[in-house]
Amino acid sequence: MEVSGLPLSASQRAKLASAGYTTLSSLSSISSQHLARDLNVSNEEALQILNVVMRTGRFSDLAGASIVAGAQSAWDMLLEEEHNKHITTSCGDLDKILGGGISCKEVTEIGGIPGIGKTQLGIQLAINVQIPFDYGGLGGKAIYIDTEGSFMAERVFQVAEGCIEDMLKLNVSQLKDLETLKEKMHPNTFLANIFYFRACSYTEQIAVINHLEKFVSEHKDVRIVVIDSVTFHFRQDFEDMALRTRLLSGMASKLMKLAKQFSLAVVILNQVTMKFIDGSFQLTLALGDSWSHACTNRVILYWNGNERHAYIDKSPSLRSQSAPYAVTSKGIRDVVSNCKRIRMM
Amino acid sequence: MANKIISQMPLPKSISHKFAARNVLTAKDALSMNEFELMELLDVGFGEVASAIAQISEIVCPPCQTALQLTEERVRDECLGSRLPTRLRGLDDALCGGIPFGVITELVGPSGIGKTQFCLKIALLAALPTSHGGLNGRVIYVDIENKFSSRRMIEIGAKSLPEIFHKEGMAREMAGRILVLRPTSVSEFTDRGQTGPGWRPWERCQGRPCRRDDGSDAAALPWQRPFTFGCVAVTLGILQQIKLSVLEHQVKLLIIDSMAGLILGDLEGDLKIFKQHPLAWHISFIKSLAEFSQIPVIVTNQVRSQCCEEVQYSFQAISKLEAPSNQERVESRLVASLGIHWAHAVTIRLVLEADSGQRFIKVTKSPISPPLAFPFVITSSGISLISDEGIEVKGLVINTIHGQGCSEIFASAGKSLD
Repeated sequence: MEVSGLPLSASQRAKLASAGYTTLSSLSSISSQHLARDLNVSNEEALQILNVVMRTGRFSDLAGASIVAGAQSAWDMLLEEEHNKHITTSCGDLDKILGGGISCKEVTEIGGIPGIGKTQLGIQLAINVQIPFDYGGLGGKAIYIDTEGSFMAERVFQVAEGCIEDMLKLNVSQLKDLETLKEKMHPNTFLANIFYFRACSYTEQIAVINHLEKFVSEHKDVRIVVIDSVTFHFRQDFEDMALRTRLLSGMASKLMKLAKQFSLAVVILNQVTMKFIDGSFQLTLALGDSWSHACTNRVILYWNGNERHAYIDKSPSLRSQSAPYAVTSKGIRDVVSNCKRIRMM
Repeated sequence: MANKIISQMPLPKSISHKFAARNVLTAKDALSMNEFELMELLDVGFGEVASAIAQISEIVCPPCQTALQLTEERVRDECLGSRLPTRLRGLDDALCGGIPFGVITELVGPSGIGKTQFCLKIALLAALPTSHGGLNGRVIYVDIENKFSSRRMIEIGAKSLPEIFHKEGMAREMAGRILVLRPTSVSEFTDRGQTGPGWRPWERCQGRPCRRDDGSDAAALPWQRPFTFGCVAVTLGILQQIKLSVLEHQVKLLIIDSMAGLILGDLEGDLKIFKQHPLAWHISFIKSLAEFSQIPVIVTNQVRSQCCEEVQYSFQAISKLEAPSNQERVESRLVASLGIHWAHAVTIRLVLEADSGQRFIKVTKSPISPPLAFPFVITSSGISLISDEGIEVKGLVINTIHGQGCSEIFASAGKSLD
């Protein structure tokens, strides 16, 4: 590996190059004092450079070691995945095609035409993440990043009420602690556990996402981050498309890191756009092709006849299939009909 | 927030100077680059850049509120009002009290269905004193298509709110609060725009959207090329003027009738060049206007007919090939004239339509209301609902706009008026 690939500042790299240190191996067996003299820098700085080299070197030293630091065997990953929690969508069919719900540790993108229920699903997830352990939930908290101003607290209250109602229904057998439960699970408790950020420009959006790492490490029980929508600010005011792509991919990688690090679910809502493909206009999710690589799972919400459907467009582990869902006054629910089915595609 | 000056942030002096030396002046400049680009530009190590970015982000990051705090705030503001009631009871109930502040509410419908009637009534309601349930403020009514009629407005007022309008001088005062902007001729407006008090020539800067001196970032002007198209400047002029007067005067409601007219008028100049940009610009401008001044914004949108079949996702098209279409869908459908990009930007969309001799107002898109349809009639006192109980609409029908039977209604309505 070349020195030019190291995460060092430009002047340090230049100094290394002019002193003849071009490869990592040339730096592998050298003392910091020696390096400091060669580069004409302070001892601390030389030590710092060597630290960077050491850290990078361990990864690149693939040939020598069979166990690479930072790697994980596929078997361990499987075990871990089995413990992986899912956040229910409150719609059985949707949960089924999603393998139990929105997966933690993953970035899931959800897109659809205006009025299909993206925001509704976002709010539902922010509520459902708080379902206590006893009821098969995660008992976590939610972060909601609103870029469009479509988050309505009244609606969140309704959805929370609906969620509590359903939980109590599950628990009718144990009537004695029903009253205490009712007290404990007031919709306001649910509302208090949703952290809301209103980003008014793309700079603020980036700032929030940069800041999330610190915020989540202070609020360890956050289990979901909903961004509604990622698109809005990036669709206006942009002349420089290359810059847009760079910013978006930077954001995506930060979100992915966040999901892994704190094992929380990241849900990104996206808008749709018309694209001219093969001689006809088709709908696709906005922000272009390079963005479509950014998320692990991609779900598209669409109208199928008179039903709302969700379709898994992209996922490494789930098969492409679609399932109906309904938006009711209580939130996202199953479609009430006798012909429930999951269609394979 | 986005234009915060880096040199005023409590960063370590050494790095703060480096930012300044490399002309990275605001948070926006800094956050538009990733860590490695900044390392390259500032010539410092990764750790320093990362901590600087983290610090800048934390400062720029908007404040965090819990949803509970939001509700409490809403309740506190209730006396000041956060919704403008339409006085159509069923609709108000569905929308949790009326048209919300700070977001765009859109009316879509075929011509003659009653969009302007709705706007006239709502303009009056906003002008009413608070004791009568109004907002006690001025209303800006942008009338692109010359449809505003003061006489009709006074008629609606007198018929629906007789107790107010029969008071001496009240009609005059109410009507006086409604300011109608009518861009009748292109040249007139560009001239006024440039010489008027509200005009600010946009700065041109290289490579990135311009910043305006008042620091309102969301409303930044993305134009960098010189203006040769008068009509674009018209819209710009109007919107700029509106923005200033909203801030300076007690404007409590903005109505644009119609948005499609405003934008499509622009496009006639050169369709290809401005196909995407003006729309994007209008959207963010109007949205930020609503947001920052916390007023309700009502816009109308026209319809156009589309004869091709529905636009679908690619995966839907495949399933369609397998099952040959059982019905030929060649008949034309009505769709909103501004496309999907615009539709994403509006928070509430109300569709006014006529179906088999009956007019309906439908809540097509709303974060709070279920899909409901209310039958309505237009009387001398404006729009009134036949029933306050909305009909819940199942499925896709909520998105369709029916235009047939329109003429029948008009014919019968004409007779009844005679």
